[in-house]
Amino acid sequence: MNVDATLAGYSDWCFAGAVVVYVLALLLHGAQFAVGRQGGTRRRELVPAGAVEGSARPRVTVVPDGPHANVHPLPGPIEPSTGRTGRWGRMAVALTVLGALVHLASLVLRGLAVERVPWGNMYEFGSAICLAAVVSWLVMVRRHDVARLGVFVLLPIVLLMFVSGTLLYTQAAALTPPLRSYWIVIHVGTIFIASGMLLVAGMASVGYLLRTAHATNPARFAGIAARLPEEGVLDRLAYRVTVAAFPVFTFAIITGAVWAETAWGRYWGWDPKETVALVCWVIYACYLHARATAGWRRGAAWVNVLGFAGVIFNLFFVNLVVTGLHSYAGVG
Amino acid sequence: MSVLAPLRNTWRGLTSMRTALILLFLLALAALPGALLPQYDLNPETVARYKTEHPVIAPVLDRLGFFDVFSSVWFAAIYLLLFVSLVGCLVPRTADHLRGLRAEPVATPRNLARLPHHARATTATAPGEGVTAARARLRGWRIATRVEASGAHTVSAEKGYLREAGNLVFHFALLLLLVAFAVGKLFGYEGQVIVLANGGQFCNSGLFAYDSFKPGSAVDGTELDPFCLRVDGFTAEYEQNRQARSFSADVAYQQGAALDTGEWTGTTLRVNHPVRLDGERVYLLGHGYAPRFTVTFPDGQQRTDAIQWRTVDQSTLLSEGATKFDPPGVTDPAQRRTRQLAVTGLFAPTAFFDGALLTSIFPEPRDPAVAVDVLRGDLGNDSGRGQSIFSVDRSMVDSGRLTRVARENLRPGEDLTLDDGTTVRFDGVEQWIAIQVSHDPAQEWVLVAAVLVLAGLGLSLSVKRRRFWVRAAPGADPAADGRTVVEVGGLARTDQAGYGEEFTRLAAEVLRTVEAVAADEAPAHPPPASVAAGDGGGTPEGRDSE
Repeated sequence: MNVDATLAGYSDWCFAGAVVVYVLALLLHGAQFAVGRQGGTRRRELVPAGAVEGSARPRVTVVPDGPHANVHPLPGPIEPSTGRTGRWGRMAVALTVLGALVHLASLVLRGLAVERVPWGNMYEFGSAICLAAVVSWLVMVRRHDVARLGVFVLLPIVLLMFVSGTLLYTQAAALTPPLRSYWIVIHVGTIFIASGMLLVAGMASVGYLLRTAHATNPARFAGIAARLPEEGVLDRLAYRVTVAAFPVFTFAIITGAVWAETAWGRYWGWDPKETVALVCWVIYACYLHARATAGWRRGAAWVNVLGFAGVIFNLFFVNLVVTGLHSYAGVG
Repeated sequence: MSVLAPLRNTWRGLTSMRTALILLFLLALAALPGALLPQYDLNPETVARYKTEHPVIAPVLDRLGFFDVFSSVWFAAIYLLLFVSLVGCLVPRTADHLRGLRAEPVATPRNLARLPHHARATTATAPGEGVTAARARLRGWRIATRVEASGAHTVSAEKGYLREAGNLVFHFALLLLLVAFAVGKLFGYEGQVIVLANGGQFCNSGLFAYDSFKPGSAVDGTELDPFCLRVDGFTAEYEQNRQARSFSADVAYQQGAALDTGEWTGTTLRVNHPVRLDGERVYLLGHGYAPRFTVTFPDGQQRTDAIQWRTVDQSTLLSEGATKFDPPGVTDPAQRRTRQLAVTGLFAPTAFFDGALLTSIFPEPRDPAVAVDVLRGDLGNDSGRGQSIFSVDRSMVDSGRLTRVARENLRPGEDLTLDDGTTVRFDGVEQWIAIQVSHDPAQEWVLVAAVLVLAGLGLSLSVKRRRFWVRAAPGADPAADGRTVVEVGGLARTDQAGYGEEFTRLAAEVLRTVEAVAADEAPAHPPPASVAAGDGGGTPEGRDSE
């Protein structure tokens, strides 16, 4: 099979372009964040009557106005934000959309250049995770007014893109025989979708932890937390995305086992990658149980962050440091 | 009873959510060393290396089972406790769920306006007729209608029972998964063997037929399903950059009645495409070269042998090995031990000589060559010590009982002559493949359990359990002008938000339906009063966690 070097070159340019656009979007989000007012003011008037008992609960906060607006569930579709910061936020989101399109072009071109799915090595896989994260993020931004979390979501994405494009970069090439199976479409495809979604969920939980820490002790994260979306919004965002990602992740592990049975002669062999994937799965199971238990919201958020840390650990450490059957990453 | 109390408390403690969470965490934590430390099961050589590099900590870790995590007592204890806890939680929940399936939806709360979702309208429809109409609208809901003492008619509707059903299926499927996994570990086995791809045969007649064999705990390797496999050829294709494109082996097998008739069934064995026999699967794990040598002894007798050499460099398939010969017709063991021969050294499928130093530049046998030492003397076969098939026993060389008598580079057809007139000819090269035979009688059940896990999970995470109530009260309220007051209320029983939209739509539909009953009898009334539905944050839930 021939690798189309021209297309591969265009793909690399698109990748670099996507990183640049994401960085610009990140800067705009940062500007919005640095200058913006604290969250929740706009929606105060929309708090429904049913939220009465919520607004009566004691909550120490230094936020000058509207601290009780956060009893509202995920706010509905975005209403036009006003003012400079709102405009920056919208520009950042628009840039993110542009970045996602360029990013998608990069993956599609890479796929066309090598005539296979464009997630056959660590570079491509990292890139695909980022695209999945950006798309899930954009879906959430479209549905709910959470754009102010943009800094937190785009930062790890830009970092991961950077690491993928430098340390993990791999020339366009054909796959080794063990990877030539339709299971790479299904298993690796679902893994990167789930990982991208879990990145968004993890960052929402980070925001939630900052915000609740600030609410308990106003001195902590004073500059950051007040500008994040309301804690209820963050908690629900994290939960919703995790609930959507968890079955995908489960499916990915199961199809991985099916592929392992076909390729390695056993469906489960405690290969380091398999083991850490199971560990992550168990952590997310913990999250769902903790989240379902009244009074454990903060604990649950910690668990969610831990889960995402596990996913990242599995991506980097297990592929690059530990040797196992999954070590055909095309690196080192 | 007092004797039972501590037991009951222990049981309650074990089946509580807190314990389950702790056990889940412990499971995750306990599995981690299995990924981070080398494991005997996966790679014993790495364990040995780790032990020499960490002489202080390694023995402690070894004693505690850290190099064999998934067979360790503590790992088993955690998951067994977890599953006991799970059963303790599941049994009462299943009973509850079955009771709930038979029970009627709960009575309508007195004050529907206090529910998170609420709407209200007045109509000319009589309460009884209104409720009948509302009921017809709520198709797919479990419904109970009641008449209250005040004369109000109510509908209690509930939906989303599949959530709990899915939840129970998910957890029971996990139990099934564990049991099926355990059965596979008990009665399954894996064996590896190298077969020459020149018509070489392997028969699954017992564990001695394998190069390495990993039996399940209840397998002793004596009663394996008999089958035979013959490897007729092997083809590997490569890209220009030496990366492999495909591996495939032509094989034929016999199983069952065919073993008696001697009939072979041909098929192809490839990576990612095992040969699935009845009960066993055969996998292609690796391949390599087996150079063929013919030794002609001074008396004219010939011995020819080709045995697998092991690959030293995966990208060029440079290989090393030792092909060993016994002198023919020597019956005296002592004399034989002075005249055994070993041809050892390197094999290159595409040779490149850097001076006299042989390397390989491509994995295909385009220009094969060997660089061999011929050793003569005592191979140590009778010493009782096991020895590698890939090398000679070093101690025999060191003690001088095995000495080098020639060193030469040979291409196919070339030979070398020893001082006693013996010639060693490099005839050419055969290929070998490494196959794995796997047997797991329970893996179909694991798949069934996994599918159930996924289905249950999908249901329990996507279905919302929700309640909907209608109360149509006779028009006692003077402000309502003697008209019937229809109130609807809704409550999501799970902590997922998102019932609001459905409720708003449903409430409007129900109120419109109720209104339409009157419209059939009387002139049209204005549409129902504005439906004021609000999603007030779902069910009351522990928001203040800290």
